[in-house]
Amino acid sequence: MSVAVGVQELSFAYNSIHVLSNVTFTLNAGDYCGLVGPNGSGKTTLIRILLGFDIPSTGSVALFGENPLTFGSWDRIGYVPQRLVAFNPYFPATVEEVVGLGLLSKHRFPRRPAAHETASIDRVLKMMDIVEIKNKLIGELSGGQQQRTFIARALVSEPDLLILDEPTAALDPEIREHFFGLLRDLNERSGITILIVTHDIGSIGKYASTLLYLDKKVIFHGSFDEFCFSADMGEYFGPFSQHVICHRHD
Amino acid sequence: MGFLSHGFIQKALLAGSFIAISCSTLGVFLVLRRLSLIGDGLAHVTFGGVALGMVFGILPLYAAIPVVMASSIAILKLVERARLFGDAAIGMVSSLGIAGGIVLASVAGGFNIDLFSYLFGNILAISKSEVITSMGVSMGVIVMVLLLFHELFSLTFDEESARASGIKTGRINTILVLLTALTVVLAMKVVGIMLISSLLIVPPVTALQIARSFKSTMALASGISVLSVVAGIFLSVVLDLPTGATIVILNFIFFITCLLYRRLRN
Repeated sequence: MSVAVGVQELSFAYNSIHVLSNVTFTLNAGDYCGLVGPNGSGKTTLIRILLGFDIPSTGSVALFGENPLTFGSWDRIGYVPQRLVAFNPYFPATVEEVVGLGLLSKHRFPRRPAAHETASIDRVLKMMDIVEIKNKLIGELSGGQQQRTFIARALVSEPDLLILDEPTAALDPEIREHFFGLLRDLNERSGITILIVTHDIGSIGKYASTLLYLDKKVIFHGSFDEFCFSADMGEYFGPFSQHVICHRHD
Repeated sequence: MGFLSHGFIQKALLAGSFIAISCSTLGVFLVLRRLSLIGDGLAHVTFGGVALGMVFGILPLYAAIPVVMASSIAILKLVERARLFGDAAIGMVSSLGIAGGIVLASVAGGFNIDLFSYLFGNILAISKSEVITSMGVSMGVIVMVLLLFHELFSLTFDEESARASGIKTGRINTILVLLTALTVVLAMKVVGIMLISSLLIVPPVTALQIARSFKSTMALASGISVLSVVAGIFLSVVLDLPTGATIVILNFIFFITCLLYRRLRN
């Protein structure tokens, strides 16, 4: 099985504060991984390093075997940033225009999507069930519709790996669950590898194939069932908290 | 329509229209990236560049271009290296530009009519060589914006996602401020240093009131900008008003009209 994401003994410090310490894990192609952990546990920093935005202090990361700093196949990666910081709500772009931006990773200067690629836009609009709102301005949509638009943008280049950084923040629990289910369908249908950052460990456990619990270092990496029956996790969270988290899974 | 037979009006309309398009297209990106005030800051630096040209006997337009371009890079470097916020860096560089201009003007024997014409603009007095430079540089700016349109759009909408698409956002940011610097120097002749930022800000903000897509925002901003420059030149000649100020006031009238239209439509 090929490796989509490889992280080896990764550490990262900012202004002498250790944000990540000796993190090692692997995501195989086709995994659907929920990256969870408390605030300040280094989840977003890990994503930023994977995308080449920040440089690790020590250790290495690889996307499909390549260093992100020299990675050239960005069309293989789809990225959905944190919803609340993603855009200006008064931005005058239509859903179709926003989704079309996802095609730029397939091109070099001048980055201009080709006419035949409009079929790809139509395909993901249909897949995300947002065809009818394609001419609406992004700021006029509900939170759930905006999130579908951002996923459509990330999927339009037909990536092999989808990275989502807390895409469900500020969404209702019901929409959040629906969203995790949508990702599972995508993962099962197209085999796309998914790495999603979320706080909602109970809900993501129901849908993801693996959980990666981070708190500056890897605390747990395995399936949700393994998490629920792990004595180490019972000790780490306390048996009551572990029960509460896992009860929501039933 | 007899005005059109006058060479000075033809030159003003030609140069003004090209400058209006380059200002408004860049302005859309600047306004949406909350960088509107970079135009104002660079305009102040233009004052220093003009004074430098006057001291050394160089055509002020040519002296101002390298000074303002260097200042735009200085603003970016101050943000990156000195960890300043953008508005603080703009404030520092623009006040240095004004201070330098005042010192140079004083060395040159004080403020004169020429310097005031740059402060308040006088496109009706634009020379043939300035028209050619303005058209050439404006066309260069417009071609660059067209070539980089999708990168600029992506960067403006969401910088993180643009980076994750492989777009070299630092390079595109540098190009954006350099193009802005060039445009600001050209716009000095149309509305004057004091009012340059209005050509960069008001047409895009007006277009944002009624546009229903990003491409239509760009097209509307350009149209409104050209219309206000052309109508401003005619009105200023007919009513014997200062051209730069007339253009700016017309821009504001268009803005109010579009704002009211949007409110009525909604």
